[in-house]
Parts: sequence; structure tokens; C-alpha cells
Amino acid sequence: MSWLICGTVPDDSFPLCMGQWRLSGNRLEPVRMSFCETNSGQPESVPVLRGTPALVAAAVLASERLEIEAPTVLLVGDQGTSEGSVRLYGHLASWLSSPESASLSGVTFHYLFPSVDGHNRILMALEARHAPAPALIADAGFMYAAKMSGYASRYDVFTPDAGELAFLADEKAPHPFYTRGFLLSESCRADELSKLAWEHGDSARMLLVKGSVDLIMEEGREKARVTEPCLPFMEPVGGTGDLVTGLLTAFAAAGIPLLRACVLAARGARFAGERTQPVPSTSIAEFMPFVAEGVSEALSRTTHEETLCARR
Amino acid sequence: MLKQLTSWLRKRGGTPPDPSAADKGFLVFQHTGEVIRAERSLQAAGFAVEVKGPPPELRTGCDMVVTFPLIMESAVRRVLEKEHLSPMSAVPVSGPLLEPVSLYRVKDYGDWFMVQAANVKITVERASGRIVNVSGGGCPDVPYLASVLTGQSIEGAEEPRVQGHTLCSYALQKAFLEARRLWRQKGDGA
Repeated sequence: MSWLICGTVPDDSFPLCMGQWRLSGNRLEPVRMSFCETNSGQPESVPVLRGTPALVAAAVLASERLEIEAPTVLLVGDQGTSEGSVRLYGHLASWLSSPESASLSGVTFHYLFPSVDGHNRILMALEARHAPAPALIADAGFMYAAKMSGYASRYDVFTPDAGELAFLADEKAPHPFYTRGFLLSESCRADELSKLAWEHGDSARMLLVKGSVDLIMEEGREKARVTEPCLPFMEPVGGTGDLVTGLLTAFAAAGIPLLRACVLAARGARFAGERTQPVPSTSIAEFMPFVAEGVSEALSRTTHEETLCARR
Repeated sequence: MLKQLTSWLRKRGGTPPDPSAADKGFLVFQHTGEVIRAERSLQAAGFAVEVKGPPPELRTGCDMVVTFPLIMESAVRRVLEKEHLSPMSAVPVSGPLLEPVSLYRVKDYGDWFMVQAANVKITVERASGRIVNVSGGGCPDVPYLASVLTGQSIEGAEEPRVQGHTLCSYALQKAFLEARRLWRQKGDGA
């Protein structure tokens, strides 16, 4: 076991479980579970509609293409009451102190109830391990908690969209809903907001800002921009951000340096989108048959030099 | 362990925020009686709430406020609504002068239009008024609400606040209402 994805399924009855999944049609099916709250020891299959299931599906498909082990997934049902997320935080904190976690090389945190207490428990458990520190990627609710906790710069990559970037750049906002209006103006440039977030200590070391232009920043400095292929209809499709974070997870799990992994993930999602030809009513599930090709094209069309020659 | 984290943060030149305030909000009411009723009903509903004195910025209502878990604002408002309690404001403890996002971004996609509020987006088909996609949001109720809303008519769909719990769902509620307003205004959206 090397890479772990942590997130939620939007169904309160879904059990806390840890294991690997595969994609079958439009559903994720459990393959091997090391832990499951149910008597059967096996959770039900999950539809790939958006959220963490979309991230997991993309990561699984990309891992197959990259010929690496599929990531392990710690999932729980949570429709927003926080009860599932609280159980996940507790299980993860104790698992991180077990010998089983020694081979952990990275963690991707996703749709979880943003709890500062829960976040701090996890971060303390990670700091207390007697093993090399895993790479840490955070998106969605867990990224909000990481920012609120004041420990954002402990993370390697955050993957915000434009609204979430404005929240990271606003040192006063405890949630994107309270971001001050002047930071949400379209005249605010993403590179400047990223720099602000880094200066306030509210950014991970790297940002992959998802938008019509995907921007990759490191320590407040712009490293790369991904603009092609240009697919304006990807923005309204729920789950396209999850697709990018899923691809980033797979590239990072394959041992590709994180900066390059960010560029490849942004490109891979666009190439998959180009084959899907989405309209605003397209479902993220329709992207999945093209993920492997998107990964291949990103690898073949992104030279190492392109990443190294990124803007400074 | 906390010491380890704190010393690491000091090395980075940061100051850890007070974790007891980072994810809390204040509910401000006009009258003391409302504060007491709000505390009682929210406690009965299982929320961790406390009555406190307000900070100077909030001394506009009575001289007590209720602290509550800020992220759960949508669920908290639902409980208060049932008790016919209406707070003058709900604000973050960490920034009592902050206001909820009131800017909407509306994007024209030809046969569809998209409304974004804060971190949440809702997309509607002009011809039918059907909600075709919900995206963004980071709290776990947004994927749930998205599965409920997608395919429904913006005119007849249940408002996100009915089943939402978090601030993300509150943002979705705002985007939903704006999309519905635009739909009603022009018949075919923005």
C-alpha cells in the first residue's frame, strides 16, 4: 500500500471501509477490503456521479494506464451531517499510528466535513509517525479545514478552483462563503491571489488552480500554465475538478515529481475532455472511458523541458 | 504532539489560530429571550452551542450572542426557523464583520446558463428549466444535493436549504435562488 485517498460517498448508510476499487461501467466496485464496518465485510458498489467516487474512478483508470498499483481508498458515507467524516477522522488517526501505515507514500484528502479538530488530529498523527513523511494533497472540504487550521503550508499540493482560490487568498475568511467580495472580482488575477495565499501561510507549497487556464504555482511563484485544449464546457460539469485531482493522485503515486504531476493532470483531464466533447449537461461518468487515452496523450505531449522551463 | 506542530509552525513564521474559534460563528438576536430559546432549541437538536457576550463589533442587538458550529449554518438556521427564530445576523467568530458572499457570476453557455455563488455552481437548460449539473462545493452535502437536484426543474425543485447542512449548501441555496430568479425573469434564463 503506498497511496491513500480519503473521502466520502453522499449516502449516510454507506459504511466506513478501506480497500481498493475497480471501475465497472459507471460504478465503482470493491476489489479488496482491509476494513469494513458491515457484517459482510464488503461495501456496495458506488455510482460515479461526482465527488470522491469520481476522483477514485479517475485515479484507478490512470493507475491502470500507468501500470501501478491502484490507490487504497478510505471511504465513508456522509450527506453533510459530519457524522461519517468524524468516524473517518478517528479511524485514520489511529491507523496512521499502526505499522500498516509504514509504507504510505502519499495521501489525497477530498470531500470531508471541514473540521479543524478532525484535521489537527490527522496532522498530529502524521507528524508523530516514525516513517518518511508522505506527500499530502488536499482538495474540497479537507483543504478548507487545512486552511482554517493555520497549517496549510504543511501540505504539498492544494487543488482549488477560482472561488476556492479567493478563499485561500482571504486571510480572514473561515469558509469560501465568507470570502470578501473584492477578492472574487474577475479582475483579480489567479497568480496574484495564489501569491497572497502563500504569503499569508494559507496555501500549500504548490497550487494547481483549476479553471479555463490551469495555473501551477510553487511557493507563490508561477511555474506553469495549461490552456490547451480549450474546453469551456468543462467548467459546469460537476466532477471535472475531481477528475483533475484523481489524475494528480495517480501521477504522484507513480513517483512523478509533484510539479510535473500537476501539469500532466491538468493536461490529461483536458485531453480526456477533448475526446468526450462535453456540453454543460454532460455527466462526469461520460469522461471515464477516455481517461486512459488522456493520460497517454499528456505523457507523450508533455516534455520534461516544458515543466522545467515553466515561467518564473 | 501539539508542541511539535506549534514549533514547526513557528519555524515557518506563522501563528496557529485559536482552534476553538476557527470554525465557530456568532448568532446575533434582537432580544435576550430569543437567545435563550435559540440556545435551548439548538442544544436539543444536538448542536454544540454556548451563550456568550458579543465582541465590540457586534453590540447592535442584545448583550448576548450564541456561538455555534459555523460550517453547519444551514442546518442551524433550519432548527431556528422551526422555532420561528430569526437571527439578525450569523457571522464568523474569527471575523465578525465578514458578510456572506453576495456576488454571483452568471455565465452564458448558449442553450444553458450557469450561476456561481462562492464555491458552488448550478447550470440550467434554458429551453426546459432543467437543472443539468451542480459542481463545486467542498462539504459532503453538496454531492448529495447535486444528486437530488440534477434532472429537476429549477422552478419546482426543493430548495437546497431543506436538506442541506453546511455553508457550502447555503452557497448552493443562494446560487439556486439566483438561477430561479433569472429563469422566472426572462422565462428562458439569464
